[in-house]
Amino acid sequence: MVEWTDSERAIINSIFSNLDYEEIGRKSLCRCLIVYPWTQRYFGAFGNLYNAETIMANPLIAAHGTKILHGLDRALKNMDDIKNTYAELSLLHSDKLHVDPDNFRLLADCLTVVIAAKMGTAFTVETQVAWQKFLSVVVSALGRQYH
Amino acid sequence: MSLSAKQKATVKDFFGKMATRSDDIGAEALSRLVAVYPQTKSYFAHWKSASPGSAPVRKHGITIMGGVYDAVGKIDDLKAGLLSLSELHAFMLRVDPVNFKLLAHCMLVCMSMVFPEEFTPQVHVAVDKFLAQLALALCEKYR
Repeated sequence: MVEWTDSERAIINSIFSNLDYEEIGRKSLCRCLIVYPWTQRYFGAFGNLYNAETIMANPLIAAHGTKILHGLDRALKNMDDIKNTYAELSLLHSDKLHVDPDNFRLLADCLTVVIAAKMGTAFTVETQVAWQKFLSVVVSALGRQYH
Repeated sequence: MSLSAKQKATVKDFFGKMATRSDDIGAEALSRLVAVYPQTKSYFAHWKSASPGSAPVRKHGITIMGGVYDAVGKIDDLKAGLLSLSELHAFMLRVDPVNFKLLAHCMLVCMSMVFPEEFTPQVHVAVDKFLAQLALALCEKYR
């Protein structure tokens, strides 16, 4: 089981309570599709992903980014059992969506870069440590049910 | 995944903008590396302190960033340009290549913090590719 200090819990909760899900979700998914273009393979039905500009203007991508970010809420509410909280979602990504779990890490990295841009100097070393710990637990849980 | 001419120009342009803050970013990036990925401290056991923000860590972060800037100038032939640095990393330092990716990520986070407007997705992909090419050139002599 993952141990969280009070400080880590406070940091993670603070980030989420100040989060603009639409803005950060959209920016993170767009950045992932642009920086790691092979991730576009999962978005064949999402319309025009021809270049960076069209990706960033795509409303389906924006909506999906928001959805993904809200998916993190479950981990936030169940920080002491993220592994089981995501068991079902992990199976979904494995059996229905067929997403290579390495992509979770790529999206997590993009999310970190976007949050860092938003928070600036408030994204302290301590904040980054807690945030990346949280994301790595989520990423691990999402990949856990693959078989 | 080699850099297009446009991406090389993007890298040079962004690093130019970054120049006045490059020391800060270098120092911060290495601090974050040892904080977020504590296993990287294993390479710095010979220092008095390898904790984030400590003097040796900051100083070395600045040194590394200096090397990165040097590489920008050699962007058209990184393999040749970084030959002696590659020998250093291969035969003396023997840093596991996985760590170059980790440090690159920390550099990108710092760049994003300091230049939120300029570090667009397009700049991000160009810089990420450049850092990956740099790492490859550093690994050239490994085996």
